[in-house]
Amino acid sequence: MKRSDQDVVITGVGIVTCLGVGKEAHVAALTGAEAPQPRIEAEKFAPYPVHPLPEIDWSQQIAKKGDQRQMENWQRLGVFAAGLALDDSGFKDNAEAVGSMDMIVAAGGGERDVAVDSLIVDEGLKRNDREQLLNEKLTTELRPTLFLAQLSNLMAGNISIVHKVTGSSRTFMGEEGAGISAVETAFARIKAGQSTHTLVGGAFSAERIDILLLIEAIQGHSRGGWKPFWSRDPADGGGMMLGSVGAFLMLESRAHAQARGAKIYAVIDAIEGDRGSRDEGRLEARLGRLLEGAKALPADETVVFSGSTGFHDLAAREKATLDTAVPGVPVRAYGGLSGHGVEAQFPLGLAFAALALGEQAKVPPFDPAHEAPAAKPARHAIVTTVGHVRGEGVALLSADA
Amino acid sequence: MTSSAFTDHLGRPIVAVTGMGVVTSLGQGLKDNWAALTSGTSGIRRITRFPTDGLSTRISGMIDFIDIPAPNAVERSYAFARETTEEALAQAGLSGEFGGPLFLAAPPIEPEWSARFDLADRAGPSEKPNDAYDRFLAVLRERADPVFHEAALFGAISERLADRFGTRGLPVTLSTACASGATAIQLGVEAIRQGRATRALTVATDGSVSAEALIRFSLLSALSTQNDPPEKASKPFSKDRDGFVIAEGAATLVLESLEAAVARGATVLGIIKGCGEKADHFHRTRSSPDGGPAIATIRAALEDAGLSEAGIGYINAHGTSTPENDKMEYNSMRAVFGEALSSIPVSSNKSMIGHTLTAAGAVEAVFSLQTMLTGTLPPTINYVNPDPAIDLDVVPNVKRDAQVSAVLSNSFGFGGQNASLVMTAEPA
Repeated sequence: MKRSDQDVVITGVGIVTCLGVGKEAHVAALTGAEAPQPRIEAEKFAPYPVHPLPEIDWSQQIAKKGDQRQMENWQRLGVFAAGLALDDSGFKDNAEAVGSMDMIVAAGGGERDVAVDSLIVDEGLKRNDREQLLNEKLTTELRPTLFLAQLSNLMAGNISIVHKVTGSSRTFMGEEGAGISAVETAFARIKAGQSTHTLVGGAFSAERIDILLLIEAIQGHSRGGWKPFWSRDPADGGGMMLGSVGAFLMLESRAHAQARGAKIYAVIDAIEGDRGSRDEGRLEARLGRLLEGAKALPADETVVFSGSTGFHDLAAREKATLDTAVPGVPVRAYGGLSGHGVEAQFPLGLAFAALALGEQAKVPPFDPAHEAPAAKPARHAIVTTVGHVRGEGVALLSADA
Repeated sequence: MTSSAFTDHLGRPIVAVTGMGVVTSLGQGLKDNWAALTSGTSGIRRITRFPTDGLSTRISGMIDFIDIPAPNAVERSYAFARETTEEALAQAGLSGEFGGPLFLAAPPIEPEWSARFDLADRAGPSEKPNDAYDRFLAVLRERADPVFHEAALFGAISERLADRFGTRGLPVTLSTACASGATAIQLGVEAIRQGRATRALTVATDGSVSAEALIRFSLLSALSTQNDPPEKASKPFSKDRDGFVIAEGAATLVLESLEAAVARGATVLGIIKGCGEKADHFHRTRSSPDGGPAIATIRAALEDAGLSEAGIGYINAHGTSTPENDKMEYNSMRAVFGEALSSIPVSSNKSMIGHTLTAAGAVEAVFSLQTMLTGTLPPTINYVNPDPAIDLDVVPNVKRDAQVSAVLSNSFGFGGQNASLVMTAEPA
C-alpha cells in the first residue's frame, strides 16, 4: 500500500492480561513455538472460571497511593495500561505531547459494593417499605468516593489526572461496540487531520461478581475448568470466559510519528464497525462486507486475531464467514488466552496484532486442535470482534517495513 | 453558488442544523419548552417518583409525562430520545431511513434496585454474609433473564434508536459526564467534516434519576438542599446558590453539511460553527482553580469557529448553580472576553430546567439556536441576591429581546470534561 503522511500508525502498546504485564510477555506468547497455557482463577467465582489479573505493581504506573485508592481495579487497570502505552510510545512525561494528546476510552461501569447491596436486599426481604429502606441504607452505607470509581468517564478522568493526557477526553460505552467505535473514531480523526496523536483503548475487570451476573443472565459463561477456545462444550455453558484485560494503543499520523523518529509497530489500513439484525444470514452478510478489503491479502502472510466471545453459535458463524471470506488465513481466537474483555476486546485484538506485526511473528496456534499453524511470518493482520449481543468490527493492519 | 459558500474558513464543510427536538421538565417539544423558558417558568418540583423521607434533597426536574413500558433508566432514556428524534426529523423534513451515523450521549446505567429485589425474592436465603450476588447467580443458572441483561447494557438505547430511525453503521454511545450532549454534537460535526457523512443524528438523553443517583450526587455535596419552594432552588450566579438540581431531559439535533441541506431545500436553523474541548487533570470532581482548561476550551471553540471574542453576542452558560462551577465559569469567561464580558448577556437555562446531566449540552445547544432564531434571550431566574464576585449580565429573571448572530454554549463535567460549542445564525 502506498505510504501517506496521513497513514494511521501504531507507535505504542500498553497491554495487561493474565499472561503478564506489558509487551514482553505477550510478544513471547506470539513468537513462541507453542502458545502458553493461560492462567485461570477457577475457585474464587466457581463454577465460573475467569482469567485473572497477573501480579501487578500498580506503583509502576500510578505513582501516588492516593490516586490508587481513588480507583477500583477496573479503573486502575485502564490507567495502568494507558501508562504502559505512553511509556512504550516515548510520550510518557512529555508534558507538551500529553497536554495536546487526544484520548478515547472504551468503558463500562465500575464495580458495585457487594456488601452494601447484600445488606440492602437481605433487609429488604424482611420489609415491605423497600424504597424507604433504600434511602436509609444508601445514605448511610454508600462510600461517597465509590460513585466516582463507578462512573464510566472516570477511567479517562483518572488517566488525565495520573498521566496528564489532556488534549481531549472522550468515553465511549456500549460493550464490545464501544471498543470498536473508539478505535474507528480515532482512526477517522487522524486520517482527516483532526488529531495527530490519540491514546485509545479500554480495560475490563472480570474478577467482579456483579459483572459475572450480567453474563449469567443470558447463561453465557463457560463453566468448570479452562478449555481451549474452540474446544468448549455447549454442555458446559455458553462458551464465554471473561478475562481481566487492559489494552491501550498510541495511534499517530505517520507524519507525526516520523517527525519524532518513533518506532512503528503497524499501520492500520482500514477499520469499520457495523450493527443490525443477526437473523437469517444477516450477520454473515455484514461480516462478509466488513471483510471485503481483506480478501486481497496474501493468505500465507496474514493472520486473523478473532475477538470472538466464545458464544458457541456466534463463534461458529464468525469462523464460517472467515473461512469463506479469507480462506487459508490462520485464525487465532485470542480470547482463549486472555479471556473476553468486552469493551477492551477490540483494542486488545489490535494490541496483539500490532505486536505480532512489529515482530513479524509466526503466531503459534492458541488452540492447536482447531487452529492451523502459520505458514510464514505475519505481514498483515485482520482483527475481528463480534459483540456478545450486538455490534461487529473489523480492522486491517499491515507491517510497516 | 460556488463551493466556497459551503466551506468554512479552514476549507471544511459547513455543518448546518436542520432539525431540533427537546424534552425537559418544562414539557415536550421545542414550542412548549421555549414558551416556558422565555416566561421564566421553572420545571423543578418535589420528587414523587420515589419516597424522599430522610433525604437532604427532595426536588428535581424529572420527566414523568412520557409513557414508558417499564420504569427503568434505559426505557426512560430511550423514550425521551425517541420523542425528541421524531420531533427533530419532522422539523428537518426527513422521513424513512436516516442513512447517516448516530451519536448518542447516554447515561451510564446499572440494574435497577427493583430488579435486585426481584432476584432476591426468587433466590434462596442468605447463607453467609455478603452473598446476595451468589444467590442471584444461582437463580440465573436455573433460569436465564434476558430482560435483566438487556436493561443493564449501555448499548441498548442506541440499538433501538438505530433500528427505529435507520441510522448507518455502528452508533457511538458516549459519556463525557455533564459535557456529553456537547460531545455528541462535536462527534457529528467531525464526521461531516471528515467527509464520512453528509448528515448525522446527534442525540443526548438522560432519564436516569433514581434514589441511588440522587444520593450519590448528594454524598458529593453537589446538590442544592433548598427544597422549599422547589422552583427557587436553582439560582446560578447568585450569592446563596448551594448546588445543582438534578433533572432529566433529552435533545436531538439533525446535522447536515450545508451543501446537502441546501441541495434538498431544507430550512437551515443555524450553524454549528466551532467545537472546543480540553481535559483537566486537576481533580476528579473539581476544576483547576485557575480555570486553565475551561479557558482553553472556550478559546479552542472560538478558534475552530474562526471567530474572535467580539463575535459572540450571547453565552448560554453551563451555570449549574454550584458554588464552584459558577465562579470558575465566570473567571474563565472573564479571562477570555476581558472587559467586554460585561456587555455580553450570559444566562443559564439550568435556573429553570435544572441540570439535565448527560443531556445538558444538547438541550442547551437547542435553546442556544432558538435564541438566535427568535431574537429572545431566555432569562436566568431566581436571580435575587447576586454574587458580588460574579459581575455578569445574567439576563436577570425576565427574558430580553435581542438579535444575536453567534452564541457560545459551555459544558463542564466531572472527570475533567470540558466542551464548548459556537453556533451562528448564518453560515458566513
